[in-house]
Amino acid sequence: MTDIAVVQPAIKPGEQPDSEPRGYWRTVGDRLLHDRVTLGVAAVLLVIISLAAFAPWAATHDPLQGSVIRRLKPVGTPGYFLGTDETGRDIWSRLVYGGRLSLVCGITPVLLATMIGGMLGLLAGVGGRLLNTLIMRVVDVFYAFPSVLLAIAICGVIGAGIGNTILSLTVVFIAPIVRVTESLTTQIKTRDFVEAARASAAPLFAIIRHQILPSVLGGILVYATSLVSISIILSAGLSFLGLGVTPPNPEWGLMLNALRQSIFVNPIVAALPGVAIVITSLCFNLLSDGLRSAMDIKLQT
Amino acid sequence: MTDRALSGGNARDRGGPAQPLLLVRELKKHFPGKGRWLGRREMVQAVDGVSFSLAKGTTLGVVGESGCGKSTTARLLLYLIKPDAGEVIFDGEAVGVPQGLTIRELRVQMQMVFQDSYSSLNPRATIADIVAFGPRTAKHLRRQPARERAERLLEQVGLRPSFFARRYPHELSGGQRQRVNIARALALQPRLLILDEAVSALDKSVEAQILNLLADLRRDLDLTYIFISHDLNVVRHVSDRVVVMYLGRIVEAGSVEDIFRRARHPYTQALLRAMPSMDPDRRTAAPPLIGDPPNPINPPSGCRFRTRCAFAEEVCAQVSPRLDPIDRQHEVACHMMESGAGHSRSHIAAGADG
Amino acid sequence: MARFIAFRLCHTVLILFGVSVVAFGLIHLIPGNPLDILLPPEAPKTVVDQLRAEFGFDKPLYLQYLAWLGRVLTGNLGTSVFTGLHVTHELLSALGNTLVLAVPAAVLGFTLGTTFGTIAAFSHGRPLDKVCSVIAILGLSMPHYWLGIALVIVFAVLWNVLPAAGMGGTGGVPTSWEEIQYMILPVATLSMIPMGVIGRMVRSTVLEILSHEFPTALRAKGLRSRRVVFHVLKNAAPPALAVMGLQLGYLLGGSILVETVFNWPGSGQFMNLAIFRRDIPVLQGTVLVLASFFVLINLLVDLLQALIDPRMRR
Repeated sequence: MTDIAVVQPAIKPGEQPDSEPRGYWRTVGDRLLHDRVTLGVAAVLLVIISLAAFAPWAATHDPLQGSVIRRLKPVGTPGYFLGTDETGRDIWSRLVYGGRLSLVCGITPVLLATMIGGMLGLLAGVGGRLLNTLIMRVVDVFYAFPSVLLAIAICGVIGAGIGNTILSLTVVFIAPIVRVTESLTTQIKTRDFVEAARASAAPLFAIIRHQILPSVLGGILVYATSLVSISIILSAGLSFLGLGVTPPNPEWGLMLNALRQSIFVNPIVAALPGVAIVITSLCFNLLSDGLRSAMDIKLQT
Repeated sequence: MTDRALSGGNARDRGGPAQPLLLVRELKKHFPGKGRWLGRREMVQAVDGVSFSLAKGTTLGVVGESGCGKSTTARLLLYLIKPDAGEVIFDGEAVGVPQGLTIRELRVQMQMVFQDSYSSLNPRATIADIVAFGPRTAKHLRRQPARERAERLLEQVGLRPSFFARRYPHELSGGQRQRVNIARALALQPRLLILDEAVSALDKSVEAQILNLLADLRRDLDLTYIFISHDLNVVRHVSDRVVVMYLGRIVEAGSVEDIFRRARHPYTQALLRAMPSMDPDRRTAAPPLIGDPPNPINPPSGCRFRTRCAFAEEVCAQVSPRLDPIDRQHEVACHMMESGAGHSRSHIAAGADG
Repeated sequence: MARFIAFRLCHTVLILFGVSVVAFGLIHLIPGNPLDILLPPEAPKTVVDQLRAEFGFDKPLYLQYLAWLGRVLTGNLGTSVFTGLHVTHELLSALGNTLVLAVPAAVLGFTLGTTFGTIAAFSHGRPLDKVCSVIAILGLSMPHYWLGIALVIVFAVLWNVLPAAGMGGTGGVPTSWEEIQYMILPVATLSMIPMGVIGRMVRSTVLEILSHEFPTALRAKGLRSRRVVFHVLKNAAPPALAVMGLQLGYLLGGSILVETVFNWPGSGQFMNLAIFRRDIPVLQGTVLVLASFFVLINLLVDLLQALIDPRMRR
């Protein structure tokens, strides 16, 4: 067996490692840092979230305090720089406080749905044919409802309020997340390195955790972020219909509905809550896109 | 360079040198096909009655064209796919039966080196993590000892741990990745290594390095190999015994000499004639095989090779030839080799040799 | 192929079955006795008992479900507790009104989306790409009910060229300008989401096609740019049409918000009223019908795709 000339081993002596090992997440992070659009979007989101979190300091007035004589003042009124609403409450303060509710109602359902749906999707992906069929067919039934319809139907039935809104939206989002996770898991499952892990007699849980999950996580993150943008719009829509947050709580969708009557008097002010929704939702959408571009790297030589 | 401690030494040898490390009998695997013919499902007969024995410390080469069932057989041996029929006996103990070896116990002793593809290594994990995964999870080693074992293995396959342990697969060349594949397979200290097209994706010079490495490892770690490849030149170089597969069956088996010098089966002979050679006197003019490779879903009745065989006769369609010994180690599955089989050329078989 | 159709049909029937279970089961999510919801608390006992027997609330759940399912399959969706009218009839006419909005909105969204998406893809890397992409993304990120309000502000309040709300006419397909002008703003609003979804989809599909070699080959053969575009679009059409079909189904189910803003008497508003009046039979029937429409449209889209593209058949 030694008639073939012996060739030098892989590394020549004295060779220095040229750079830091570049793992996947490291590369993704680098690409994100160079993506100006996504950075800008992330900054805007940070501002919005900070304003909402620190609402008591950011607001100029008590969002629940109104006075009829100050009704529907226009933008630029001294002291109420974004005007007042139909009962005289300061719009800016209500927007800021409303951000809390709107963001919570937007993000929480996606978080919950990702945890529950992610687990179900993983199970469906790695479990046997029976388990997969069982889970996916049930998911199909829920997927058969247009999300708006389902959200409204559930909320319409169990009643309004923040908790019910979150519950309803979580149910709506579980189905698409299960689908996405299952599809990603099935793709990864057939790769050679997973087969190699199986051949090493490792327990199933370890295989899922170390081999499958890291590759699946990225895709789920992208999808979940785009779902947040939908969730914000949907939760505002529910409040708009009176099925979500109840008055007098400030919430962007609710404000939109209340100000609807005032479009003839002060149209700009009536449109402002919508602007807030658009900006926030748009930012999450763009963030999702940015994440997807950054993660779309082929890691092969 | 020898490291008996790493190999587990001879302590695990149960049956002694005379006992074959692996005895495979009538392994069968049929996959359900996509079509449905009048109620009966079409079956892809991927592996249809494969039997062979493997002596300790040797290398068994498995050759055949694509689709002949080589890779499926490899996966059946490791029970990555469940066989429909047949048995696997590892060092005297049957696998998968209540009193014998469990699949987990088998896998600790038998590992596979995959072909280098972009998906043979987890792109999200470091090299050290990849190699240490098996010991950590299957053998429940703690992090530090597993890491140390991984680094020793990397050293053994020629990758300097201080540089490579923290790297990621996409930063390595094909040859380096294949070394990692080998290190990963060795991490559980197996006795048998199945190499499924392990060098097929590499450049020739790198292939030579890896083959050298494999030879050294076999010697140092007291290993046995099953080397699967479609490249006859490589198989000739590394094997002690060779098995030729066609459409899920073994058509010929023997020592390297038997197969490459004294091939008897028409298919083997055709394969050998088709080997590209550097020798200008051995140019192949006409393609040695006629016809198209048949469909594994509907294989020909009787001898599966008959549709491409220049010597096919009626008996070949009616009766499947058995794998019969014609010499000490040499077995052939062909009616022409079996006197009394009913083939017009059967009488030629007895006698002539070489 | 026949096997595929049969399989798909079975699957759809199962899904519809599941949908009916969910639609029926919704009302039992309401805390409390359904009867208490339907009737005021001081209703006389005889009325309560009568309703209980009539609706079958005294029987076990699965029997109620089966009875309801039986009625549904014969076309009887029950009677509205509020108006006393047959749900089926009311729902279908409301659905017709919604279709008057949904179909043009889907077509408009498809046209705009394809246009923006194609322009964006062909000007990849240049500013025009960014502009068109942003327009598409805005369509997705915008609460369309808000856009409706904004359009009303602009066109009805500030400029006073279009009516702010209502349907005008008596329903059915609009025939005169008077009737059509009521449609313009709602249709424009509804088309935003399909435009966004289809725009992004078309953009990425066309980009993917352009990265193949055949458009370059076509151009190298001397084909004029316009013809190349035509060929590319032919390839991008099937998935885009599929998505449009799905969006149509989605619009049918999700039109409730726009209909509320514009006070359009469609199925969405029908359902909205049912929710607020706690009109259980109407709610059940509406959810069932709307979801079933969605499922059937999905099925149609899948079958058409399989017909056109043999690769889709599993």
